[in-house]
Amino acid sequence: MTAPGLLALDRLSRSFGALSAVNGVSLEVAPRERRAIIGPNGAGKTTLFNLITGHLAPSGGRVLLGGMPITGLAPHALARRGLARSFQRNNLFPRLSVLENLRLAAAADGRGSWSLLGSVSRLTAPLARARETAEAVGLAERLDVLAAALSYGEQRQLEVGLALATRPRLLLLDEPTAGMSPEETARMTRMLEGLPRELTLLIIEHDMDVVASLADRVTVLHYGEVLTEGSFAQVKDDPRVYEVYLGSA
Amino acid sequence: MRGRAAGLALVVAAVAGFPLLAGTYPVKLLQEILIFGIFAMSLDLLMGYAGMVSFGHSAFFGIGAYAAALALVKWPGLTAALLVPAAAAALGALVIGFFCIRVSGVYFIMLTLAFSQMFYAVAFQNAFVGAEDGITGVPRPAVLGLDIGSPARFHGYLMVIIGLAALFVWRVARSPFGHVLRGIHENEPRMQAVGYPVHRYKLLAFMVAGTVAGLAGSLYTQFQGSVSPDAFFWTTAGEALLMVIIGGTGTLGGAFLGAAAFILLQSLVSSYTERWMLILGLTFVLLVLFAPGGIVGALRGRVGLRA
Repeated sequence: MTAPGLLALDRLSRSFGALSAVNGVSLEVAPRERRAIIGPNGAGKTTLFNLITGHLAPSGGRVLLGGMPITGLAPHALARRGLARSFQRNNLFPRLSVLENLRLAAAADGRGSWSLLGSVSRLTAPLARARETAEAVGLAERLDVLAAALSYGEQRQLEVGLALATRPRLLLLDEPTAGMSPEETARMTRMLEGLPRELTLLIIEHDMDVVASLADRVTVLHYGEVLTEGSFAQVKDDPRVYEVYLGSA
Repeated sequence: MRGRAAGLALVVAAVAGFPLLAGTYPVKLLQEILIFGIFAMSLDLLMGYAGMVSFGHSAFFGIGAYAAALALVKWPGLTAALLVPAAAAALGALVIGFFCIRVSGVYFIMLTLAFSQMFYAVAFQNAFVGAEDGITGVPRPAVLGLDIGSPARFHGYLMVIIGLAALFVWRVARSPFGHVLRGIHENEPRMQAVGYPVHRYKLLAFMVAGTVAGLAGSLYTQFQGSVSPDAFFWTTAGEALLMVIIGGTGTLGGAFLGAAAFILLQSLVSSYTERWMLILGLTFVLLVLFAPGGIVGALRGRVGLRA
């Protein structure tokens, strides 16, 4: 037996009508592991994320976080159990400043947010964490800029920052480099590499350089099923993976 | 900041001194503006901050108005004038909100409207609350043993209560809770994803706004000495909505300017022509077209006032 997984999926399934988007996926992510999920478009990667984070109800199977079943819990309840997620498309608070974006995310678990008559500047812990997170995602110089006024690359950094500011145990990143220029991708990769090792990562990524430099293990999805799993080197040399990406249309 | 505080002090002084200079009718108009101003301000907290456009805010205005009438007839004191109506409206908002906050957009508008009309129907048909005639002959409360029957004292009483209520709403909007409401307005799904139980926050916002609306309803009963089912009617909610938009959504203080514009225009135009609704309607169309930020938005653009 290996160490018990922080995240375990047990024959997780979801179908939309006749289409089986995720079909009996089982996998286990160990604490501190950095796991990449790859697969061609339509393989069910984002659907899998939506099942884990409570944005979609599974048709079958279970999700366990730290050994506890979390299937069917609402997204906010999962966030409180230490599961955070960034989205494939920027999902920010556009008319609020970078600092306020991060501060809101950092204050989500605090009782202080229920204060009707208190003052935001007196809730120092979320403010400090927001500044810390801004530093970590490279936005420390942009605290007062509205999220809508950031460049696309910076918005992607803030997207990851919002998830990070909740101080998760497990961070799910849905294509953090989507739509980025090579320079922006390189910066994002460096940023992700610099994340603390205690943080367990599950990342959907198309850029194989990012996967190679970041992931301890890789799971390949194809038509909603796990095709194979292993180190990047193992997976890369697997002829079935090659076929899925390049041929067999 | 200092300029704004001075401006506010000047307005408060002018409102306080108004009865010394003006006759009975203008003073009554001013008091009506204050009451509807705080009513509209409570709606602005929902609309401008939480992004919840309610077309049923009259439900809480009416609950407060009726609760005050029923209680004041029996015990003409501060408890009956303020505490009972506020508590009744809060309870009403808890129940109505429980159903309404699950939906948003047009569905939220329709559901809140439906609830307010249910209350209207109940008040209209129930002999216990005077049916279509409502409740008349409601006495004004004694405040700390002091009779506030005289116009000057009632004016002072109104100013204190409405001032405190406005301060409360203003404070809530700037509190950590108010910031959460703005986040929900901006991006509700993301607020959920980072860990906010969004429904509970929206319910509390609905209750806070409903409570202040109930207080406004109670003051209106005390102002008129009576209450009728019209307090619940959708036009009451619609007027508050117009006042918020005219004043400037999300500005809070704009609600009082919107109430002033609405009530003054109504009284001015209706004294000249039967077709005052037409004139009023045209004015609003022009205002929304040419000053979409409301009066406050237009003022900010003109003199460079900042938020």
